[in-house]
Amino acid sequence: MAERGRGTAPWRNRRVLFGGGVLLLLIIVALAAPLIAPHDPLEQDLLSSFAPPFWRPGADPGHLLGTDSLGRDILSRLVYGARVALTVALVAATLAAALGTVLGLFAGYVRGPADAVISRLVDVWMSFPPVLLSVVLAAVVGAGLKAVILAIIFVDWTRFCRIVRAEVLVQREQDYVTAAVTIGLGRARVLRTEILPNLLPTLLVLLSLEMGIAVIVEAILSFVGLSVASDAPTWGGLIQEGRLYIHQAWWMMALPMLCIIVTVLGFNALGDGLRETLDPVLRR
Amino acid sequence: MSALLEIERLHLELAAPGGAVPILRGVSLTLAAGSVLGLVGESGAGKTMVGKAVLGLQPAQARISEGALRFDGRDLTGLGAEERRRLLGRDMALIPQDPMTALNPVMRIEAQMTDVIRFHLGLGREAARERALALLAAVHIRAPERVLRQYPHELSGGMRQRALIAIAFACRPRLIVADEPTTALDVTVQRQILRLMKELQSTAGTALLFITHDLGVVAKLCDRVAVMHAGRVLEAADVAEVFARPRHDYTRALFAATPRYDRPADALVPVPADLTERLLAEARTYDEARRRHA
Repeated sequence: MAERGRGTAPWRNRRVLFGGGVLLLLIIVALAAPLIAPHDPLEQDLLSSFAPPFWRPGADPGHLLGTDSLGRDILSRLVYGARVALTVALVAATLAAALGTVLGLFAGYVRGPADAVISRLVDVWMSFPPVLLSVVLAAVVGAGLKAVILAIIFVDWTRFCRIVRAEVLVQREQDYVTAAVTIGLGRARVLRTEILPNLLPTLLVLLSLEMGIAVIVEAILSFVGLSVASDAPTWGGLIQEGRLYIHQAWWMMALPMLCIIVTVLGFNALGDGLRETLDPVLRR
Repeated sequence: MSALLEIERLHLELAAPGGAVPILRGVSLTLAAGSVLGLVGESGAGKTMVGKAVLGLQPAQARISEGALRFDGRDLTGLGAEERRRLLGRDMALIPQDPMTALNPVMRIEAQMTDVIRFHLGLGREAARERALALLAAVHIRAPERVLRQYPHELSGGMRQRALIAIAFACRPRLIVADEPTTALDVTVQRQILRLMKELQSTAGTALLFITHDLGVVAKLCDRVAVMHAGRVLEAADVAEVFARPRHDYTRALFAATPRYDRPADALVPVPADLTERLLAEARTYDEARRRHA
């Protein structure tokens, strides 16, 4: 008789461990930002502007990673930037997943004209550069965290919709779905209790990949100044500011880039690892 | 005995790009309450489609163009979705072909069994669980408590088929359609499953529409048998009668093509090509006549 959960358990997979670790670290930093950050991220001190980081001569021990043009502490700004990144990653990705999944389930199971409309909508959506679409959207809705989240949901629901619909088309032809119909279960019931649970592994993988994408989109939008208020710390905004001083202080741009890269790598590793351990096809 | 299921001149066709393709060509069958009807024929004869049409599971592109399906005197072809749901699982059930895929891989056996019980009999969680335990015991599963907690992949093929049989009999339906329920199992398990089905069928008084291509199974299990080819019933009679005096050439050819322990393997004769040709020509003539008539 087969063992439960053949193959490796998710928590024994190296990618899952790395990705989960990054996510956990990000959550801790975001929650404990006031405790970790040595300074108020908005506090200006023009007398000590452009302080170098700890590895350069003349570093200020009070500003471990130096200060920016207005004398604001870079470490503190990076720490608070994690809050924005994490909020966007969790909220936007989850809502995009919810919207896309509902529409995908509906389209795949009901078929017919509803499916045709939703599928064409997805086709149209995907024929326009997603980043440009969110930039346009954020510009229309107005800057701010809410606009960023809305823009990501509005653009990325298609990723979920397309894959969920395709999965439902596969699942609905399975014998156990027919078996559920022959015991008299209704459509909604079959969809909810028979098909949806079988999509969960796929959804989990997509969700963690989407969180990485959300972080990137947030960085882009804050880089072009469409995210939260311009002096509030976001990683994209920090890159934008650092860009001006790239020849004098390269780290001002490199440090937030590093934050983004590690975070996105983490989310992607988590997604890939989950796919390896949860996908029954890859697992066998 | 009154007829529980009456199929009358059933015509079913599948919509296709080049025009509708006839699948069933005027199938007429009757199944008495509490009896077993074997439906035999080679692949593509339409026997599975008959079973699907009875349960209302025919594919979306299928159309019943003529004929009637009556269950207990009630017409099944015009049934609404809601009425059919009340019928399925309670009055008629399906034992599927492949036990490896007919159970939901992410649900415990308990949930899959109690769903049907709670839905149709309105029992509470505990009562439904008791009922499920009794059903598993009735299909001779030794540790029903443990099996209820298990997932399908933890069970062998034979165990899964037993669980599916238990689900089919859960509400004591009057009709069960069994679509080649033993083809996916190995031979020793096949015997046990057949014996189990016969036992349950006779104690519960359920009528069984048994779709198979195994004449040996028909001989053991069925009261009557219908031989199908190309969507037509060529011969339908009592099993003893058909086995003793097969009337149709095709039935005789099927017998000659069936392996038997008391005959050498090289005595097997495939169904002659000219017979198949003749039957297909008859089917075409039939379609032609129908088209002209319409």
